[in-house]
Amino acid sequence: MKTFFSEIRGAVMATLILAVVCCGLYPLVVFGIAQVCFPAKANGSLIVEKDGTIRGSELLGQNFAAEKYFHPRPSAAGNGYDATSSGGSNLGPTSQKLNDAIKDRVDAYRKENGMKETDAVPADAVTASGSGLDPHISLRNAELQTARVAKARQLDAAKVRALIQQNTDAPDMGFLGEPGVNVLKLNLALDRL
Amino acid sequence: MRTSGWIQLAFYVVALALITKPMGLYLLRVLDANGKTWLDPLLRPLERITYRLMGVKSDQEHDWKQYTVAMLLFSLVSCLFTYAILRLQHLLPLNPQGLGALTPHLAFNTAVSFTTNTNWQSYVGETTMSYLSQMVALTIHNFASAAVGIALAAALVRGIARHSARTLGNFWVDLVRLTYYLLLPICVVFAGVLVSQGMIQNFKPYTKAKLVEPYKISVEKKNDKGETVLGADGKPVMEGQTVDEQVIVQGPMASQVAIKMLGTNGGGYANANAAHPFENPTPLSNFLQMLSIFSIGSGLTYYLGRMTKNQAHGWAVWSAMTILFLAGVLACWWAESAGNSIHQHLGVAAADGNMEGKEVRFGIFNSALFATITTDASCGAVNSMHDSFTALGGLVPLFNIQLGEIIFGGVGAGLYGMLVFVVLAVFIAGLMVGRTPEYLGKKIEAYDVKMAMLSLLVLCLSILGFAAWASVSQWGLAGLNNNGPHGLSEMLYAFSSGTGNNGSAFAGLTTNTPWYNTTLGLAMLIGRFLMIVPIMALAGSLARKKIAPASTGTFPVSGGTFVVLLLGTVLLIGALNFLPVIALGPIVEHFLTLQGKLF
Repeated sequence: MKTFFSEIRGAVMATLILAVVCCGLYPLVVFGIAQVCFPAKANGSLIVEKDGTIRGSELLGQNFAAEKYFHPRPSAAGNGYDATSSGGSNLGPTSQKLNDAIKDRVDAYRKENGMKETDAVPADAVTASGSGLDPHISLRNAELQTARVAKARQLDAAKVRALIQQNTDAPDMGFLGEPGVNVLKLNLALDRL
Repeated sequence: MRTSGWIQLAFYVVALALITKPMGLYLLRVLDANGKTWLDPLLRPLERITYRLMGVKSDQEHDWKQYTVAMLLFSLVSCLFTYAILRLQHLLPLNPQGLGALTPHLAFNTAVSFTTNTNWQSYVGETTMSYLSQMVALTIHNFASAAVGIALAAALVRGIARHSARTLGNFWVDLVRLTYYLLLPICVVFAGVLVSQGMIQNFKPYTKAKLVEPYKISVEKKNDKGETVLGADGKPVMEGQTVDEQVIVQGPMASQVAIKMLGTNGGGYANANAAHPFENPTPLSNFLQMLSIFSIGSGLTYYLGRMTKNQAHGWAVWSAMTILFLAGVLACWWAESAGNSIHQHLGVAAADGNMEGKEVRFGIFNSALFATITTDASCGAVNSMHDSFTALGGLVPLFNIQLGEIIFGGVGAGLYGMLVFVVLAVFIAGLMVGRTPEYLGKKIEAYDVKMAMLSLLVLCLSILGFAAWASVSQWGLAGLNNNGPHGLSEMLYAFSSGTGNNGSAFAGLTTNTPWYNTTLGLAMLIGRFLMIVPIMALAGSLARKKIAPASTGTFPVSGGTFVVLLLGTVLLIGALNFLPVIALGPIVEHFLTLQGKLF
């Protein structure tokens, strides 16, 4: 019985000590390293304008619907790109709801971008991402939207393409992951022209 | 299945093979109470003070019962600690969003979930957990449950390696040394690297950003009391609302994510887990997170080889795990690349594969790879939504969990789970040739096989029992997000994930209800502790045995024959247990997808 109580003491003290070391010291050490070495990134990679207005985060997508903007992927986060309720649609392969949504999005995408009834639509343009905050669209998706955006802004398509290239994140180290166009950064760059 | 995927897969496997030996050698030092590491000058004093405060005599070893009791007591106390914080969240500091206390059933589910290394999340992190709850109540288990898992695996390996012995090591020493020397130092470095990729680490309140293009939504009209206003037709009245800002989540994320991956906990800071751009900003952060999930599990196979003085045995176990891992990745990757024929008929580009629930920066390959790794191990973090995978693509993570997460597995849990199969494999081999089964010179007797089988049957009973119960109950069906066979898959996945202490989900299922929170909580407790006790009994029994010298009739536990036998045992038991129910879920769904049937 005596050993049993000493084991309980061990359990209680272990919990308290681990709480102090792993939950107090450890995050503070990481906090220190992060704030000294990578302050901008540790605080959310915010895009701040000269007057101090925060326009968003480089890493988080936003809703865009106007013709003159590139459109992001559909989002299942809240009412769309709600950064406090990240998540996907979680609809399965045989879901009627998902099927209907994709059908509508395919039709709308073709109409917006002047595509034929038989043209295949990039998958990322009509499916919701896992986070609902995906900042990227695929290169093909950006290319298909270029003519529309250029027309709405009365710009040369070549100029828009150059901006797309500037705001494309290449695979890490040349081979990890997929390339993607950062929609928020691209649209802000277009507005700055 | 493009070339870039093959290159990334080869890179991953090579990286994993390369870290196995260094990790194993380091584990050897950490798991030896007198082992020396280069961190000694910094950490020895802290270690000594910790023992003194705990009243632990670090030179006294435990027998299997004492070791198990200490582990159970520690789990109980730390679980109550978390439950208390979650229930009192609204009164505690570091809560800038003013979030309220958790309901009793949600707090029970969450406390059990983190104590058992499951990290099943019935809640939405961003809108439920204060910074204190994330940082203390949850993170403590990310360390503790990982250290407990590794400690138990080490105790079993000591049982196999020792002979005519009574003790298996000191639980408290293992717990403290694993936390201080292994988990904390790696996490500090790892978290720093993650921040360099864009992960947040701060204590600021959420940031409000002014949207570039405000947009209109239609929401249910509320009166002053916050109740929904109903129109004459009984339906809620809708009103237009302009959204002109985005609320950006902040907080101490990197410190939590580093240990969530290394310790195969998997509990996300954000609801979208590692799909969230903050929680997994780049393909490089994604690669490192995937590597960290397997790193300790892989190192433990080397530790096994060293301890049993049979390195070929360690590598044979590693090879069996790698073969099962590759089979899973290839199947999942193939299914997701092929995509969904129903959506392709609507005009979605077939070459793009199934992108629903996946992020552009990861693409099909890295989503399939992550899904396989997170369920091979008992991690449960996700970088894509498994619920939206194709039928066969979603079958892979489900079956991985049901095999017992023995493919590298949860830290520690993977190895002790796999060693149960090793014992069964040599038992079956012994029966086939008509000799007394032997494992590394020790006779495997009725008691050992009973304990091994018990630990497997407990899992099977909990998964199938609870899933069957849910599928015929009102409370079970009420949570479904999908109809048809996919609905069954959602429930089956939930109880597999809970029992297997994985924590990933077919996340459409709404489980924040009293029934689901309670049953899943029980499944997690059964899956962790009712599996561990027989395994510790097995460890105690093995330690007591004498070693017989190897003879020409001894079945070798290395080489191709052994690997094939081990794979056969794992797959046979997994298939016998779960194939019938899988046929009713994902397999039926696959054929219905091909026919274009919708629910």
